[in-house]
Formats: sequence, structure tokens, C-alpha cells
Amino acid sequence: MHPIFATAILAAVSQSPSPTSRPRRVALFVTCLVDLFRPSIGFAAVKLLEEAGCTVEVPSLQVCCGQPAYNSGDRATTRAIAAQVIEAFEGYDAVVAPSGSCGGMLSHHYPGLFDDDPAMKLRAESLAGRSYELMAFLVDVLGVKKASARYDGAVTYHDSCSGLRELGVKDQPRRLLSTVQGLSVREMKTPEVCCGFGGTFCVKYPEISNAMVGEKSADIAASGADTLLAGDLGCLMNMAGKLQREGSTVRVRHVAEVLAGMGDLPPIGEPERDGKWGGPG
Amino acid sequence: MESTARDFNDNVDHALADPNLQDSLSKLKVGFSERRRQAAERLPEFEALRDRARDIKNHALANLDFYLEEFERKVLALGGHVHWAPTAADARRIIGELCQSMGARTVAKSKSMVAEEIALNEHLEEIGIAPIETDLGEYIIQLRHEPPSHIIAPAVHLTKDQVADTFLEHHAKLGFTKRLTERSDLVAEARHVLRQKFLDADVGLTGANFLVAETGSSMLVTNEGNADLSNTLPRMHIVLASIEKVIPTLEDAAVLLRVLARSATGQESSSYTTLNTGPKRPGDLDGPEHYHVVILDNGRSAVLGTEMQDILRCIRCGACMNHCPVYGAIGGHAYGWVYPGPLGAVLTPQLIGVEEAGNLPNASTFCGRCESVCPVRIPLPKLMRHWREREFERHLTPMAVRQGLALWSFVARRPALYRRLTGLANRVLALFGRAEGRYRALPLAGGWTRFRDLPAPQAGGTFHAQWKKRRP
Repeated sequence: MHPIFATAILAAVSQSPSPTSRPRRVALFVTCLVDLFRPSIGFAAVKLLEEAGCTVEVPSLQVCCGQPAYNSGDRATTRAIAAQVIEAFEGYDAVVAPSGSCGGMLSHHYPGLFDDDPAMKLRAESLAGRSYELMAFLVDVLGVKKASARYDGAVTYHDSCSGLRELGVKDQPRRLLSTVQGLSVREMKTPEVCCGFGGTFCVKYPEISNAMVGEKSADIAASGADTLLAGDLGCLMNMAGKLQREGSTVRVRHVAEVLAGMGDLPPIGEPERDGKWGGPG
Repeated sequence: MESTARDFNDNVDHALADPNLQDSLSKLKVGFSERRRQAAERLPEFEALRDRARDIKNHALANLDFYLEEFERKVLALGGHVHWAPTAADARRIIGELCQSMGARTVAKSKSMVAEEIALNEHLEEIGIAPIETDLGEYIIQLRHEPPSHIIAPAVHLTKDQVADTFLEHHAKLGFTKRLTERSDLVAEARHVLRQKFLDADVGLTGANFLVAETGSSMLVTNEGNADLSNTLPRMHIVLASIEKVIPTLEDAAVLLRVLARSATGQESSSYTTLNTGPKRPGDLDGPEHYHVVILDNGRSAVLGTEMQDILRCIRCGACMNHCPVYGAIGGHAYGWVYPGPLGAVLTPQLIGVEEAGNLPNASTFCGRCESVCPVRIPLPKLMRHWREREFERHLTPMAVRQGLALWSFVARRPALYRRLTGLANRVLALFGRAEGRYRALPLAGGWTRFRDLPAPQAGGTFHAQWKKRRP
């Protein structure tokens, strides 16, 4: 190789951001449930990311990650939706979802959808390498150590399955929660056991799902916590719905809301009081 | 075994309404997983052993023809016989004829899931031979005319009281007329009744955990020692095993044994590990005069080279079902055939047809706990998803699901339309749910609201609508 080329390549390599440098331009993958049911989680995520020094954008082409089709065996639709998501999130340093399930779909499952399309696979792998669940991104990538929030309550944290087992989200939310003033954590006996949501599973096999979430609600009650937190709205809606059907007074929230100081919003499934959600401050 | 997998949903209703079953399951869920966790933690190299175990089985599967033929050569050299059974019917016929050749009236059986798979007991009874189950759990369910509900703990669905009643009913005629309440007394009574049956049996039949190609040995682990009596006392020993049980060497077996017992029961090692290597040799004090190995395919070779091949790595430890929250809710019988839990959700459609067992791979939340404990790292959720894909391709997915998906897909691929519809849904659901904060019932959402309230959306529009207003 001619020395000039070598020098040029070296210069280019040294200028490109190293993997440990902090991503600045972050795209939020809102998730369809947050979009429709609980926008405050999305705004909490934006707040946490901005406080950590990121510029947050919300690409408007995003819809859903495709899991309903993927888990129903409809590969063609999944690929079409994945291609749409890949397109929408091209060019960002990082893509962050307030959900381990959707985050895991982007980072662990998209590349496998394009085994017969090398060009698309490359783009899917690029997205996969830039996609994160919110808690893991804040702690592992941005190095956030502290939440500047207050929450008066004893919380128990449910480890949603995809976040836990695909993405290794376990300590990160607990570490940040331990810095919230007024908050104490009371672990369940089996925080790692599935709540029975499972996307379409909960309506395709409602009896089994009910048995699973019934067991989860008993574990939540036994923890003595007054608040249930998790990182996935699907699981949270399932557990909140069951707890409320049983007459429980446990308040249910997304972990990002508490960390972002939005712990005074009406909990999931509770009516809006005077301080009703009217969008971010 | 007759399948009821088609009636999965009825089986589930039945299981959820059975207080004895629910009582038994509540104990199983905590016990097995806790013991496995402790056993894995005590062994620093456990995760590395899982990788090694996976690699050993992958190598054996990639060279299955070679190792099976090697195993056969070794068995023949030892003076034993090998029978190849392409189908369940072939295996039944071969074993029936072997038993008849000995003029057998009874067969002492140690636990074999492959024997359940080929419905061997029913066949033996038809030809006038009494199969005697010698594993305690298998013995209990044989008395009750029930199939096993777990691959290593076949009677795990029963409570102690149910066992006490069963023994009283069947042992009274043998002079045991007292209803027992202590576990140890129940075991002692079963031991007493079974001992004579071992001595009387003409043929002993066992399964195999591994077939070792290097030595021609079949390897079997138990905690009761019943297999040792089944294969040493009778004059003929028949080993029944499926093709994927073959592994190259004894060294490999040692690795697999180390992950097997820990994953299954949390034991460092099972109480008994037995190698059967051919018939009794001149000068041996005991052992069978006749030694036969029946090797069953029954659809397995068709899995080789397909996206489902990983399931053939399974070493039948049962960890996937012990850790499965769905199994924990409904027990093994609901799955409707021999293999329950995540293993069954993948293997059963392969062996008896996805038309029959289509519900099984769908009845999972993909929580991934099975894969996280599998000693040979089978990606069970991924394989279940492959079944869903095959069902979808073959239009076996229920019409309502297909239509719902098609509609959702149409909208999800049109972001502008999606925004308008979700905006509308958000407004309507937020408006009518405002007073309560949730819905106790909602049209078209009965699957959800039958058991749970549905949280109402926050007022103020979807996230995207609000974002657009604030950060145009």
C-alpha cells in the first residue's frame, strides 16, 4: 500500500468515534403501547436522555417493531415492518426504547430476518448494534450513576423477560432506583418469572395468562411494596390490570417515570386527579 | 400414546380447575429451580460445561450415521444385537417378538420416555405380556392408568394423599390393608411389592440416556436403582433408545452427566449411573444372557439438516419444564402427549404432526427461561417460533388471528394512517375511561378484560401527537 493511503486510512480511523465515546444524537423508539396508552413514559425517557447530555429526536416514520407479526409466524409482514423501522432510524448514533421487548426485537431479532438479503442484513446489523433498552443505555453506555428524583414509597421491581434474558437488564434500574430520595426497594421472591403478558399470548391463552399473572400479583403483595415498577409497558398493563381487578392498592408505574421525577402522575390504570397528565411541564 | 394435544384448551381448563394438581405444581415450581440454581452456582465451570455439552451433541448429530454404525459394530462384537426401528410400529413389533421368543409373561421396565412414545405397554398387554413399571413414579401412574406428566418425575402431578389412596386400592389384595401417610412407608410398601416382580420377570427393558459409540455401551441414570434390577436379573435385557442418544466417547458421556443431573434435580450426580455393555460374559456372576438394543427413528432423521435440528441435542433433563411458567400453571398432561413443556412444544409437532399439536408452540410467552437453563443450550423459543411460521405458511393459524394480523399489518405499514387511527383510539378510550382510569369490560377485548382491568390511556393525545405539538 502506498504510504499516503496508509496515512489517510489511519487518520480516518482515528477520527471515527471509538465504541466507548458517548453517542450524542439519539433517536427514541417510542413503542406502540407508550404512544397510545402512556405518553408520559416517552417524555420521561426524553428527559433522562437529555439530562445525560443527549440530543433526542423522534423519527416520525416509526410505528411498531413488528413483534405481533413476528411472534405469530408472519415473517413477510415482519420483514416489511422491520425494513420500515430500519429506514426510519438510519443515521442516528443510538436508538433507545423504554422497553426491553422492543429493544430486544431491534437488537437481537432483526438481522435474522434478512438471512437471504445481504444488503438488508447489513443495515439490520447496523441498527442492531446501535439499539438499546433505556436503562441499559443510561447506565452501561452513558455512565449515568444517579437519578435526581424523589419518590416516597417502597417499590418492587419486576424483571421483564426480554430485557432480562436477551439484554441483561437487571442491575441497571436497581442501581439508579437506589439513588432516588425517599425510595426503598423490596424484592419479590421471583422477580424474574414471567408475568404472563407475552404480547398476543395474553389474549390467545387468557386462562394460562391469568394463572401466571395471578401468581405474580401474589408475589408482589407478599413483597410488602406499595409500588410496582418495571421497564415494559405491556407487562405493567397486565400486572396493573390484574392487581386492580383484585382490589389491590399497589401503584404501578414505569421505572423511567420514577427516575425522571414524574412519580406524582396518576399510576397506570388510576383516574386522573387534579395533577392530571397534560403533557410534559 | 394416544394424543389429546388437539384438545389443548380443554386440557388447560381441566388442569387449572384441579386443586390437587395446582397444589403439586406449586411445590415443583420452587423446588426444582432452586436446586438447579444452587447446583450450578457450586460449579464454577458450569457455563463452560454447557458449551461443551452443546458442542458434543452437535458433533454427534453432524456425524450421526457414523456414530450409530460404530455403536452397532461394538454391540455386535460384544455378542449383543442391534435392531433398527424406523417407526413406532416397528419398535413395538420388534420388542414384542423378542419377548415372545423368551416365552415371557412379564417384562420389568425401568422408566423410558421412548417406550411411552411408542405406546409399548398397550402393545405388550395386547399380546398377553404384563409390563411392570419399576420406577416408583411410573409404577404409581401405571396403577392409576395415567400417562406421565413430567419426563423425569412422571407422577409429579399427584399429591402424597392421592398416592396413599392408590396404594390402598391396589395393594389391599396383597395384604397391605393399612392406609399409609408417611412418604417412607409408601416407598417401603412399593419396594416390597415390586421386589418379587423383579425376580419373576423374564425380560428387563430399559431406556438409555446415552449410547456410547466408542464402547457399545448404553448408559442409564436413575435415583432408585430400579434399572439395575431390570437389566441384571432377567435373562434378556432390551435397551430402547432413539437415534439421537448416540455420543462418541465415554469422555463425552462424563461431560454430559455433569450437566444432566445438575440441570434435572440439582444433584451433583444421579444416585445410580449404569453402563450396560453387552450380555453376560463367561465368568460373570450375573447379567442377561441376551442383550438387544432397539434404536428408534420415528421421524427424527427428518429433523436433521432442518432449522429444527437443535432439538435433537436434548438430553431429557426436564429443566425447561421445571422453569417454564406455562408448565407451572397447567402441568404436563395438558400438553396432551408424551413430552410436555417447552421440549414438547417443539418436539411433539415434529413427531405427531403440527395439525394435531399446533397449540403447543403457540402457548408460550417466549419468556426465554427454558433456554436460559437448558444444559445443551437449545434455543427453544426460536424453535417454537419456527413452528408458528410453518403454521402460518400452511394456513393453520386460526382465521381470526390471520385476519386481525392482516388488518393490523395494513395499518402498521402506513404511518400516516396509523397516526390518525391511534389518535382516534387514544381520544375515545381516554374519554370513556377517564372517570375510572380503566375498563372492566370493553367490546372486542374480552380476552383481556375477562380476568384483568384494561388501563385507559392518558388524556392529551398520543405521544407522537404531543411531540409534534411541542417539538415541531
